[in-house]
Amino acid sequence: MSTIVSLPDQTTARVPKRNYITNENGILSWLLTGDHKRIAMLYLISITFFFFIGGALAGLIRLELLTPQSDLMAADTYNKIFTMHGVVMIFLFLVPSVPATLGNFLIPIMIGAKDLAFPKINLLSWYLYLVGGALTLGAMITGGVDTGWTFTTPMSTHFSNTNVITTGLAIFVAGFSSIFTGLNFIVTIHRMRAPGMTWFKLPLFCWAHYAASILMVLGTPVLAITLVLVVLERTIGIGVFDPTKGGDPILFQHLFWFYSHPAVYIMILPGMGVISEVISTFARKRVFGYTAVAFSSVAIAVFGFFVWAHHMFIMGVSNYAVLVFSLLTMLVAVPSAIKIFNWAFTLYKGSITFETPMLYAFGFMGLFTIGGLTGVFLGSAGTDIHLTETYFIVAHFHFVMVGGMLMAFLSGVHFWWPKMTGRMYPEKISQLAAVVTFIGFNFTFFPQFLLGMLGMPRRYAAYPPEFQVLNVFSTAGASILGVGYLLPIIYLLWSLKYGEIAGNNPWQATGLEWQIQSPPLTENFTTIPVVTQDVYDYEWLERQKEHEVTHVG
Amino acid sequence: MSDSHAVATTAEAGHHEHPSYQRHHFVSMEQQNETVSFGMWLFLLTEIMFFGGLFTAYLIYRNWYYPAFVAASHTLNIVEGSLNTLVLITSSFTMAMGVWCAETKRHKGLVWSLIATLILGLGFLGIKADEYHEKYVLHHIPGTTFSAEGFVHPNEEALKAGEKPLAPDMAAKTEVYFSLYFAMTGMHALHMIIGIALLSGMLFKAWRGGYMNGHIAFVENFGLYWHFVDIVWIFLFPLLYLISRHQ
Repeated sequence: MSTIVSLPDQTTARVPKRNYITNENGILSWLLTGDHKRIAMLYLISITFFFFIGGALAGLIRLELLTPQSDLMAADTYNKIFTMHGVVMIFLFLVPSVPATLGNFLIPIMIGAKDLAFPKINLLSWYLYLVGGALTLGAMITGGVDTGWTFTTPMSTHFSNTNVITTGLAIFVAGFSSIFTGLNFIVTIHRMRAPGMTWFKLPLFCWAHYAASILMVLGTPVLAITLVLVVLERTIGIGVFDPTKGGDPILFQHLFWFYSHPAVYIMILPGMGVISEVISTFARKRVFGYTAVAFSSVAIAVFGFFVWAHHMFIMGVSNYAVLVFSLLTMLVAVPSAIKIFNWAFTLYKGSITFETPMLYAFGFMGLFTIGGLTGVFLGSAGTDIHLTETYFIVAHFHFVMVGGMLMAFLSGVHFWWPKMTGRMYPEKISQLAAVVTFIGFNFTFFPQFLLGMLGMPRRYAAYPPEFQVLNVFSTAGASILGVGYLLPIIYLLWSLKYGEIAGNNPWQATGLEWQIQSPPLTENFTTIPVVTQDVYDYEWLERQKEHEVTHVG
Repeated sequence: MSDSHAVATTAEAGHHEHPSYQRHHFVSMEQQNETVSFGMWLFLLTEIMFFGGLFTAYLIYRNWYYPAFVAASHTLNIVEGSLNTLVLITSSFTMAMGVWCAETKRHKGLVWSLIATLILGLGFLGIKADEYHEKYVLHHIPGTTFSAEGFVHPNEEALKAGEKPLAPDMAAKTEVYFSLYFAMTGMHALHMIIGIALLSGMLFKAWRGGYMNGHIAFVENFGLYWHFVDIVWIFLFPLLYLISRHQ
């Protein structure tokens, strides 16, 4: 198999002595750092921790569903487990996954800056994330919460006897961590670009993060005030969502989904940014229709704010509202399709190689497309009534979130691992992990589409026996998927010490981040670069190499 | 090839003296100032969205329970509300004076402006607390002690003022009004308290001679925050106190 990997001579190469990891020592130099790269690594460690907690909870869910009876755990325990799975995975993994780790690490470097605009706020956002995470774990250990991650009223305000308040506060705090990340990115991309780095020379990764940041900054405060109202309703009994006092639970749904639908795009857009970079690099071509892809990110962000009520078709909103929101929902498909088609055209006549990040990216394209197309079933008013609240919707959003975002996250982690650590991950076993993940994923979630079509409702510990075969498939697939997720953590840790020295630019990629040493210096650039080349300009890269050879040789 | 770049730490060409308050990752003071004020405006945008949820709820319920909202609004203390509006607008003026004094490096002026702002801010909270106490006496605080009795059977004074009795089911909806009243003014008061805490720290630093070297980003941004909190009140006051006044 042909490959583009070009590593320095391993007998003489070494990881640069001075870099952001070795620059300062001691635990305090990490805990009080203002360096965006170190904060990214702190985030990477913490979100991985929460990912495995959320994953363990998913494992428990699948084990319970192996048999039709509710035998491994009682029904109310099951409710708490799936609630915590949702809360941890959404607020503590998916929302910060790519932005807080890869985005934090790469955006300043990609635009030629020394750091994000507000390094201290960046660190504060990590601490807020930790406080949110600790509160969530606290709520989980001291009895859990059983409302589902959606905190549906009046369940959450009146009928649940679990730790709704603690969990609500946890999400409130974690939400501010997300607001600060988004704010930092927007200001950084506006004000910190290097000379010559115009908006249309920005890598698509930055465009995608810019769009996601708009959603974080405008959407998250609405969730925050909604949770405050839920907490006030539970504690002192105000009447904003309480139907017995004249309040309206549907208003809660409107406010909640006004954030939580855009949140879906907060989760997926940064992943799309990763895919653009990876596809371009491993097809050796400029991303086809760069401008269209860039604006499609912004279009997704804008449309994303006007579709929230499609979560509420069966909740008693008016038929006219259903009609309008159904139509608007279809509109989001347009920019998403623009991205998929443009990636496909980027591949067309490219010199494609199949390194691990590319395999994950292919996984993303296939699974995200299926996830997106099944979204059309759910956005259509008629089919939605049959399919929503069944396993069909569970399968749908797992295809987008796990098949899409998690694949993109793993793709990005592998792609930039040599930049972040200075060492390569082992190629063969990671390709295996990518394939195992893909197979395991399809085994887990494809049967759930069928289960949903057949009418199996979500959020129950027990189900009629005729659904068992497909559930056994799903649980078996989940164990394969588990292996797929455990493999990377093992070999990536291994590679920290034993991986091959990566050199500056193992992929021969064009981004500014690949033109500096790996791992980078604390200040990223010794001198601020002046950007003259276009984005994804492989010819420029070739000329650079020739130039370098004549210089050295 | 990998190491060749790493070793090359070129001396930074054209490196001239920067003021001590310029952060290392900015090229110039101009860039730093622009960035910081842009960040502050963006933060205020998130604050608008935060209050936006409450304003949405107000809009919807006011349409649904119009008579209850009108009747409940009549029980608010218009004198204290107006006085508070005056106090807050004056504090915005003194804060603006503070920013101007910092810009023109007037130490005394800055300190006195901040003291005036602090006193006015505390005065606002004091008057607000008195209003809250009034609601407590009237059983208008939502929750277990809430009573809509006064709206079903208005007392003589209210009847004389032209108040009409509400049907019991509509009268009960005044609890929604007071829920929103406390959520909105409470969130506003919380922002005031945070503002006063920041203001105290800033006053201490100004009193010790701070902000006289031209680096006044904190004063400017705090000014923006203070004006924002003021503007929220400028919306709350008519919505809660005024627009149902003569109905």
